[in-house]
Amino acid sequence: MSSSKLAARTIALAYLALLLLAPVLMIFYRTFEHGVAPVWSAVSAPNAQHAFWLSLEIVAIAVPLNTVFGIGMALLLERGRFRGKALLGMLIDLPFAISPVVVGLSLVLVYGKTGWLGDWLAARGIQVIFSVPGMVIATAVVCLPFVVRETVPVLRELGVDSEQAAETLGASAWQAFWRVTLPGIRWGVVYGVVLTTARALGEFGAVSIVSGRVEGQTQTLPLYVQDRFENFDSTGAYTAAVVLALLALATLLAMNLLTRRTHRRTAL
Amino acid sequence: MAIEVREVSKRFGDFVALEDVSITVSDGALTALLGPSGSGKSTLLRIIAGLESPDSGEVVIEGNDVTDAPARSRGVGFVFQHYAPFKHMTVHDNVAFGLSVRKRPKDEIRARVEELLGLVRLSGLAGRYPSQLSGGQLQRMALARALAVQPRVLLLDEPFGALDAQVRAELREWLRRLHEEIHVTTIFVTHDQEEAMEVAEQIVVMNAGRIEQAGAPRELYESPRNEFVMSFVGPVNRLGDAFLRPHDIQILPESNGTGTEALVERVVHLGFEVRVELKLHDGRDVWAQVTREVAHELELTEGQILSVRLPAPHVFAR
Repeated sequence: MSSSKLAARTIALAYLALLLLAPVLMIFYRTFEHGVAPVWSAVSAPNAQHAFWLSLEIVAIAVPLNTVFGIGMALLLERGRFRGKALLGMLIDLPFAISPVVVGLSLVLVYGKTGWLGDWLAARGIQVIFSVPGMVIATAVVCLPFVVRETVPVLRELGVDSEQAAETLGASAWQAFWRVTLPGIRWGVVYGVVLTTARALGEFGAVSIVSGRVEGQTQTLPLYVQDRFENFDSTGAYTAAVVLALLALATLLAMNLLTRRTHRRTAL
Repeated sequence: MAIEVREVSKRFGDFVALEDVSITVSDGALTALLGPSGSGKSTLLRIIAGLESPDSGEVVIEGNDVTDAPARSRGVGFVFQHYAPFKHMTVHDNVAFGLSVRKRPKDEIRARVEELLGLVRLSGLAGRYPSQLSGGQLQRMALARALAVQPRVLLLDEPFGALDAQVRAELREWLRRLHEEIHVTTIFVTHDQEEAMEVAEQIVVMNAGRIEQAGAPRELYESPRNEFVMSFVGPVNRLGDAFLRPHDIQILPESNGTGTEALVERVVHLGFEVRVELKLHDGRDVWAQVTREVAHELELTEGQILSVRLPAPHVFAR
């Protein structure tokens, strides 16, 4: 290895270590600093438990919603021929560009008590803001681009030939989608889903605004971490943070295993 | 008639892909659509398959007007230029696809797939994935997949275009024999006149969205209707308005007065044939194609003066 290559690698690794590895390891270290007992009691605190399940609930609703929407939108953007397509593409990317806090605020403006749809929703007894529906919406909006952006390129690479082949072989549009298109783009979709899941689990800004942060009611794991941190309960904060990190790791690991197994099978 | 295309036109924006095109293909025939790229041959094939719809005109398959019918109900087998394999399926599942979307019994599917894989000589490869096949094997898999649903018509878009020369020659021969065996009405698109001549029973020559001439290979070669066909189906010399085939130019031993005097400018050996570039005494350039033996006998060398006998030229009305 040449010395310049070595230098480049060292710098890259050092950068990664300082920015990513050290902080994450520090969290793990600090959490287990005083043994397992305090961690266990922090994990079993009712508010921590509630936050954990609420986070999973939101992910369980928002991720499937975004997956279906994302695939549909990717098909529209890649295969559709209509005016304003470029504009639509930009619109999809908007959540990447706007701060999540702004997303949260704008949702309050529409769905809140004094918001645009507030009266209509209140009259029907539907509460969006300061409750789970609002948090799901906020999470979905913030994660909107992931599945779309990961699916569009694989859809383009797949091309229309194999779908047309399916058609000439007698498949209906529905059959062609399920048997040819979807399997053809599955890695893009899976990757999009993983990113969406990771992002949804960690979402703070938008959810923080629309949830009202009611302890034990509308507190997701990231909000709980913040809450514990502000209340000088460092063990509680670190423990919840570690749980979040483990969830994210599990998501990435699941994708890795899934990808590897199927790749071996199809030898792509 | 197995296929009739009547006065079909198709535009893509400002580009005229097809203009008033009509062809008929008889039952069981093997037909080539021959033309340069952009001539509309692939578009015509896709319109017959139902993958594109014509702006005007009709497509009739076995007496049924299918102009507005979707591709899946036309009973056509289509082999795409790049084979369009289902990459996530095994060879077996690729070939079985058409039967499996029709919900045929598993035993029937297995038997049919086995039979077809035998026909295309892929028997041992049923469990492979497309990424593990060579170009020629992919081509044959795509063909078996198209044949599985027993199409009334088989359509192939540049079937040999993406293969290297040797595999191409092999597959051509094989396709012709396969066609003799199963006798399904077949149309294939090609830009290679040699390929069309070798494989097809009927050739439709296309240019700029129109049909220049349709007929048997020999007919096209011997009596081309116009300049385009003449120069597309074989090599030509052009002398003003007259066209000559290089192999029709006869080279005589020496300037013995019976022919036209010519100067040998260049002799190019291309294996069996030899290309002789000549300057006629009136200053016009022609080239002649002779066999190696003839070249040897005449001891052709550059700078030599000899005499040539020109054939009756083809002259086309303008």
